[in-house]
Amino acid sequence: MTLEKIQRAKHALELRNIDKRFKKGRKDYAYALKSVSLTLNRGEVVGILGPNGSGKSTLIRVISTLTLPDSGEVDVFGIDAVKHPKEVQRYMNRVSVEASFFKKLSSMENLIFGAKLYGVTDRESKPMIREILDGIGFDFTRVNEPMEHLSRGMQQKIALARALLTSPMLMLLDEPTTGLDPRSKKDVQELIRAIRADHESSILLCTHDMGEAEELCDRIGILLNGELIALDTAENLKRQHQVGDRPPTLEEVFMAATGTTLEEAEFENKDEKKAA
Amino acid sequence: MHAASAPLTKPGWLRELIAVWGYAQRNYYLTKRYVLWEVVWLVYTTMNALTIGFIGVGSGGSAEEIARLTTFLLIGSMVWSYLSMIFDLLSETVSWERWEGTIEYTFMSPASRVTQLLGMGVYAIVYGMARVIVMLIAISFFFDLSLGDANYLGAAGILAVCSVSLVGFGMVAAVMPLLSPEKGQQVTSIVTAVLLLISGIYYSIDVLPGWMQPLAYLSPVYYALDGIRETLLEGQTFGSQWDNIWPLLIMGAVFPPLGLWLFQRGEHYAKRTGRLKRAG
Ligand SMILES: Nc1ncnc2c1ncn2[C@@H]1O[C@H](COP(=O)(O)OP(=O)(O)OP(=O)(O)O)[C@@H](O)[C@H]1O
Ligand SMILES: [Mg+2]
Repeated sequence: MTLEKIQRAKHALELRNIDKRFKKGRKDYAYALKSVSLTLNRGEVVGILGPNGSGKSTLIRVISTLTLPDSGEVDVFGIDAVKHPKEVQRYMNRVSVEASFFKKLSSMENLIFGAKLYGVTDRESKPMIREILDGIGFDFTRVNEPMEHLSRGMQQKIALARALLTSPMLMLLDEPTTGLDPRSKKDVQELIRAIRADHESSILLCTHDMGEAEELCDRIGILLNGELIALDTAENLKRQHQVGDRPPTLEEVFMAATGTTLEEAEFENKDEKKAA
Repeated sequence: MHAASAPLTKPGWLRELIAVWGYAQRNYYLTKRYVLWEVVWLVYTTMNALTIGFIGVGSGGSAEEIARLTTFLLIGSMVWSYLSMIFDLLSETVSWERWEGTIEYTFMSPASRVTQLLGMGVYAIVYGMARVIVMLIAISFFFDLSLGDANYLGAAGILAVCSVSLVGFGMVAAVMPLLSPEKGQQVTSIVTAVLLLISGIYYSIDVLPGWMQPLAYLSPVYYALDGIRETLLEGQTFGSQWDNIWPLLIMGAVFPPLGLWLFQRGEHYAKRTGRLKRAG
């Protein structure tokens, strides 16, 4: 029985030597992931920091079975997610930067549909929708409006609710707070903190936000050009990169590890894209 | 936090059943949200059927001949509107999912493709039937039809058998928008147009050039029309239509699995090459 196996698994996630490249031209490839290995313990929150184009979203897509890796293994709760996607899909969910919905339908309709795909009935989902939306500060009176009328931040909250409704044991969050106003950002971060306190779910959180990573995550990884160049607790990362007697900020660690600031790295990446 | 958590313990078959309902309900929500467009479309197809019906009325000949031709044309028009809708609904829903980006969420959910096909197929059939009934009522006000001997039950049976192969056909066509939302819909429009031409919807396929006629035998719509005309116009029994029914049964057994298989190949290809991604 899959559920029992999953409950017994030691790690929420184990990636071994994941490679992924995308074809750009005839013999031209974009290397999105290069030999990425990573273990996520049960109940742990791991953050991935990385500039644009470093491979964060690809990493999340590979885990969520939306992209097939060229090589390497993905174990979700001890089950090979590449070979047996259907066995693990029930136990994880993903929230991505772009909140993809049927924009003409209401939040309620989208949520009910999303939940049913995971076998969650209306009777189960409706009270949860109410509770989750109240929890993240979504004005429940707007739940029947077409989603195209909602702001991006509000749509993002619905995206979070869609994932939470299925009670995922592994949450894959791809920049869940990007583009939110400070208030909404706080709400969403508060929610992640609450999930973490529950110890029921494990979370992989990709973000651009150093503060968010430091505050919410047990360990932080740095992804640069598809390579995971560091993965440790914030303290250890700081200790490793300490030069004087003052511990560096995470920002400084990032700079030392990647040779650029996050902003600069993004800037270079944009230039590269323009040049290409 | 999330106190009332959704049970993870439901058996697989029950989860799939809930998801079938989810897919059907999702398409219902979409119809409801676009209800004005649906009405416009229904009026348009009804007008179209009327127009074609009047070609029959203006054809000359005895009252009986006129009624017969009119009925012949209207059957074509109605059956085509129903069957093409099933076909279009499947491929259109997939292109829609691609545009909105929700396809990633469908593909990472535990619900299987069979479930998706069933959910959309069931909705397409029920909705298609409802539309045809409305059209029939509207049309019956305008024409003297030659349905004295009609065997309605037999016709409905043939239509039902044909619906299954059209659902499968729709899934085959849905592979196109899955791989490319822009070009995909164009290809399916061409497929629809070819079906319209070769299936003998407004004429007997004997009038087609010789090389074209064999193509009709590949179209489930041809057999459905032929059988339905025999049952409605001549009052033939369902059983007497075996010549039309066995090809439909074979196509009904072949197209849905073929559609699923192709769709899954397409899905695999898209997941390998990163076709699903739009942004982020
Ligand atoms: N589906 C795809 N098809 C082609 N190339 C892709 C695809 N997905 C990612 N890439 C390429 O792989 C690299 C990594 O992209 P990815 O989206 O994973 O980065 P990211 O870290 O999420 O960036 P961002 O911070 O902008 O979201 C980039 O060079 C990108 O162009
Ligand atoms: Mg990204």
